[in-house]
Amino acid sequence: MGRVMRRILVNVMWALTLPALLIAAWWLVSDDSTSIYSPPLRTILRTFGPTWDGDRLTHDVVPSLLRLTAGYLLAAVAGIGLGLLVGLHAQLRATLEPVLEFLRALPPPVLVPIIMLFAGIGDTMKLIVIASGCLWPVLLNTVEGVRAVDQVMIETARSYRLPAPARLRHLVLPAASPQIFAGLRQALSIGIILMVISEMFAASNGLGFAIVDFQRSFAIPEMWSGILLLGLLGFVLSMLFQLVERRALAWYHGLRASRRAS
Amino acid sequence: MSAARRAGLGLCGLFGFLVLIELLPRTGLVPSAYFPPTSRIAVALWDQVLQGSFWSALGDTLIAWGLGLLIAVAGGVVAGVLLALVPWLRRFTASTVEFLRPIPSVALIPLAVLLYGTQIGSTLLLVVYAAFWQVLVQVLYGVGDIDPVAEETARSYRLGTWARIRYLLWPTGLPYLMTGIRLAAAVALILAITAELVIGAPGLGVRIAVAQSSQAVPQMYALIAVTGLLGLGINLGARAAERRLLSWHQSVRGEAVV
Amino acid sequence: MLEVRGLQKVYEGAGRRVEAVRDLTFTLEPGELACLVGPSGCGKTTLLKCLAGLLAPSAGDVLLGGHKVTAPPPGMALVFQEYGRSLYPWLRVRDNVELPLRQKKEMSRQRRRELVERSLAEVGLTHAHDAYPWQLSGGMQQRVAIARAIAYEPEVLLMDEPFAAVDAQTRADLEDLVRRVWQDLGVTVLFVTHDIDEAVYLGQRVLVLSNSPTVVQEQLTIDLPDERDQLTTRADPRFTAFRTRIYEQIQAAKVAKA
Repeated sequence: MGRVMRRILVNVMWALTLPALLIAAWWLVSDDSTSIYSPPLRTILRTFGPTWDGDRLTHDVVPSLLRLTAGYLLAAVAGIGLGLLVGLHAQLRATLEPVLEFLRALPPPVLVPIIMLFAGIGDTMKLIVIASGCLWPVLLNTVEGVRAVDQVMIETARSYRLPAPARLRHLVLPAASPQIFAGLRQALSIGIILMVISEMFAASNGLGFAIVDFQRSFAIPEMWSGILLLGLLGFVLSMLFQLVERRALAWYHGLRASRRAS
Repeated sequence: MSAARRAGLGLCGLFGFLVLIELLPRTGLVPSAYFPPTSRIAVALWDQVLQGSFWSALGDTLIAWGLGLLIAVAGGVVAGVLLALVPWLRRFTASTVEFLRPIPSVALIPLAVLLYGTQIGSTLLLVVYAAFWQVLVQVLYGVGDIDPVAEETARSYRLGTWARIRYLLWPTGLPYLMTGIRLAAAVALILAITAELVIGAPGLGVRIAVAQSSQAVPQMYALIAVTGLLGLGINLGARAAERRLLSWHQSVRGEAVV
Repeated sequence: MLEVRGLQKVYEGAGRRVEAVRDLTFTLEPGELACLVGPSGCGKTTLLKCLAGLLAPSAGDVLLGGHKVTAPPPGMALVFQEYGRSLYPWLRVRDNVELPLRQKKEMSRQRRRELVERSLAEVGLTHAHDAYPWQLSGGMQQRVAIARAIAYEPEVLLMDEPFAAVDAQTRADLEDLVRRVWQDLGVTVLFVTHDIDEAVYLGQRVLVLSNSPTVVQEQLTIDLPDERDQLTTRADPRFTAFRTRIYEQIQAAKVAKA
């Protein structure tokens, strides 16, 4: 028990030393800074609490997160559904491939001006922007995953006469899931980018709006605290994603580990 | 399905897509003020192509993209190899990398504005930050993939650091590096356009923003189509380069067979 | 039980025409255990896929219980050589065995449980219900695949070189397992192998196939006693005689081809 504790402690030390050093360095270097662009870390941290109090949390952070969640989930469902459809039909896939490649290659932020034309600058616009940017990585990765389902697995399902719905549920979806998750991960970072950008473009609230607002009104410590918050948000969402992925793909990681060991 | 048939179907799909965009506004299903038909976008595109300022904007975007990518790849490779060769360094930095990597690079937009305003530096900052992690992470994966038996063989024959880089790290890591560069190239374009669009740094993005604010809708669509073609070109180019450079490698050979 | 008449399979594509199976005719009696043996690359897998209804033959018929096989028939189970790819890695052992049964609407949950329980016990895996296939050794994975096949309660069990990828010790155990399952359940078994010893040890009858394009070169009734074991049966002079005979046949087939 003592040895386990020690190992954990050592690992924690390894993990925390560099971040602690970096933060200390930032603190010391910036401490007597008089530059308005890089205020002392002390000041930034002091403004963090008051800046992101309950009011801003409900007014800016929560709406941002709601838009992101809704747009992301919409894209995930649509992307997986359409991806299954396209992936399972060779003719359809061959027909749509060039168009899909083009749509995927569009840098997602350029969707903002187009969608603003249709949907104005309200929540709908932001939701559509996020969803339409997240859609392509999910869709194309699902298509790839479906296409790559192992031939022997397919023949097994056929020889045991699994009907189409069972094949979809017990074979195609799980077999494609590692690839689908790769798409969902790409989509998550695109979704965060689009959440911020759509709010920077035209909005009256949201995290992106708040940060740009601080910058324009030269509230620099507040701006820095916003950058920190956004960074923290990216980190937390990525951790959450990893948690879900580890659970959902436990079999896949086990399989890979067992292959590597042999 | 034969290659010719695939290409034929693909062309049909493309043609159908263009016809659809032509017909949707013409039949009044979507308002043509927001959604111009293909023909009008094509005219606007031709109009752009005849203007020198379009080409200089395209050049600006490509320079920011290319330069940013170059810096990111160089930094990613140097950092990755360093971390690979010095195990304690890797352990030491792992948590920091895990923390910094998911930070959305758009969080740096206000900082870029303050530091560089609407100059190319703003674009570079965002591009380099976003692309660097893509390269670094792939290089680290690649290094982690080195066959332990090969590693032990190298050590038992007392190969030096340089020989280990040359014969172990490089061949194992190259496919991962190429993947990293391919992903980084796509991300770099996204961030380059974003910086131009949101901050106003010179390039295609700022032209899109101008077209949007002056209600020049067909021009806006034409420019957006150009960014799409640019992205497509980058993707296809990166994949072709990957295939050529790695023709000996299993992952590519495997892909070619299917 | 299973009747094959004039079966031919020709692969055509890209201007090439490959005749994998030329003209095969044979019959399996109910409850029989027959082995198909032939040189590597003689179209055994093609033949088996035609029997299983996974491939449409170019000419000839496959009849199961008097009905023509055009798609995988209900009374047939197939054990693949590639156990690692035939078991689904995201399902636990129990769920892998149960999956085909869950599609039989008329079967009660109670009965499903019993069948899973019984067939896993039959192959000696009572303790591994909750494991994932990739946590098991190759031989145990193939046992799971066999359990899945017998839980399905087929009339005919087709086995495609099921033990080609396991080590010799395990292989001997699995051979005895197949004999026991066959005797316990009274199922008709067609066992395909490239291993002459295995064919003689297992079969009541051995069909020797020629080189590709494949025909049945010879049929031998193996009149060894029904109780077989690895030591005495393999030391039996009649065993050796059968083995020599088949070996000569296969060599002759190769020479005839060359």
